[in-house]
Amino acid sequence: MKSIDSRIWLVLPAVLVLAVAFLGPVGWLLARAFTFPEPGLQNFAAIWERPVYLKVLGNTLLISAVVTPIVVLLAFPVAHLMAHGSARLRRWLIFLVLVPFWTSLLVRAFATAILLQRHGVVNSLLVALGLVDEPLPLLYNFVGLLAGCVQVLLPFVIFPLYSSMVRIDPAFMKAAATLGASPVRAFVRVYLPLTLPGLMTGGILVFISTLGYYVIPALLGGPRQQMISQMIQDQIATFGNWGMAGALSLVLLAATGGMLLLLQLTVGLKEVAR
Amino acid sequence: MRGDGMGAWRLLRAVMCCIVAAWLLAPLVVVVVISFSSAPFLQFPPPGFSLRWYVQLFSTPAWTNSLLVSVQIMVPAALFATILGTAASYALVRGGVPGARLVMACLMLPIVVPGMITAAALFGVYRGLGLNGTLTGLIIGHTVLCLPYVVATVTSALRVQDARLEDAAATLGAPPWAAFRHITLPLVLPAVLSSLLVAMILTFDELIVSLFVSSARVRPVAVQMWSNLLGDFDPTISAIASVCFLLALLVLLADLALRAGKSSRIA
Repeated sequence: MKSIDSRIWLVLPAVLVLAVAFLGPVGWLLARAFTFPEPGLQNFAAIWERPVYLKVLGNTLLISAVVTPIVVLLAFPVAHLMAHGSARLRRWLIFLVLVPFWTSLLVRAFATAILLQRHGVVNSLLVALGLVDEPLPLLYNFVGLLAGCVQVLLPFVIFPLYSSMVRIDPAFMKAAATLGASPVRAFVRVYLPLTLPGLMTGGILVFISTLGYYVIPALLGGPRQQMISQMIQDQIATFGNWGMAGALSLVLLAATGGMLLLLQLTVGLKEVAR
Repeated sequence: MRGDGMGAWRLLRAVMCCIVAAWLLAPLVVVVVISFSSAPFLQFPPPGFSLRWYVQLFSTPAWTNSLLVSVQIMVPAALFATILGTAASYALVRGGVPGARLVMACLMLPIVVPGMITAAALFGVYRGLGLNGTLTGLIIGHTVLCLPYVVATVTSALRVQDARLEDAAATLGAPPWAAFRHITLPLVLPAVLSSLLVAMILTFDELIVSLFVSSARVRPVAVQMWSNLLGDFDPTISAIASVCFLLALLVLLADLALRAGKSSRIA
């Protein structure tokens, strides 16, 4: 027996806390899906049969599917400037993205709501510029939800994309140009493929995070944008229906797990951790 | 021709960066400015400036109590998470734990699993244990949520350190604890402190688990904010939001200083 082995016991306290205060409770909740109110698959049958559940699931997927490309498109130029701009500019940009990243999600959601109010800054600006005559409804609807999600999720794409871009050797682009490729062709054929790990990582992180969001849809969206986490809360707080809460949790968890599996298959989670 | 294309891209890039910067920062700026407003509604720009919302914030028992509760949760939860997480990271990287990758993956789960699922699960299990509405229940929940961040930060710091330094100390007769205390811990201390800061800010900001597990008597700041937000917005919320923002900014600057210190020591 080497003395090194004694160190492995240090992992136990954390594992114990995780098992008792996380794995156990989550397992208990998911098990309710099959046992409450009675053993069987009736909760899943209800999700499949009653339009209200499918509508919320559809909403959740739709919102995630709309938010993800918007965030990726907006993040791309920022990450590009961060990776290929001057060192001074890079430091400023990183700081600029870190500040909201560290600020509480609730604070940012509230702040976005103030900006989007009927007589908020955005509407005043639009009216002052003569772009609209009447203030637009920007809050408690799809627009508000979208604006909040994008605000909160931008850093999740900017940073992975930056770390992919900063590793790209500029000589590749020069070589492509020397060989006669137009800038657009060089970008599409050489640069873009090299950013794929960052794009996939960021994109899937955004998609997964949006799937599980609760605060932003509850605060910035309207009743028609109800998402799955809100429905889970409703099942427990309003109906005391632990079986349905468990079943919806299992569906959400399966969707999240499926996306992570996709990431593992395309990029590899080890790469993501870098 | 080629120059033209690059110029257009540079211009587009600059415009997009400005849009993103405005999107990211404008809400925060507006909240901070409004918190100093003299008006009883969230008007921007404010008609005048005053400190009345801060006075209101710090003289309303509901708010001051919730700040106290948040600190009472934050300090133990962040410390527990940092200690447990650092110990686990050390065992995982250096101790040759069987199935280390699986254990590591499990320790990351609280980040991956959506907050609502964790919250509902804890609430359900706590009912039987009488832990809902208690500080203990909140501290346990927050500790679990912070663990992954500590483990991720500290394991990656341990991986870049040379394990042979510690082996050398052991060969020279240092007991394992002394080798850890005098060799490894000083080397990974910036990472440990950095994860402590992250854990503190995470528990201070945590909403969803707190929402389920807290009660009217034991109510952290985030939940107090939430219950105010569901009614009419009043500028007191922008004052507490500005306090949270300032706190995040300070912690971020401390973290950046820690990282800068670490890299200069390596260089």
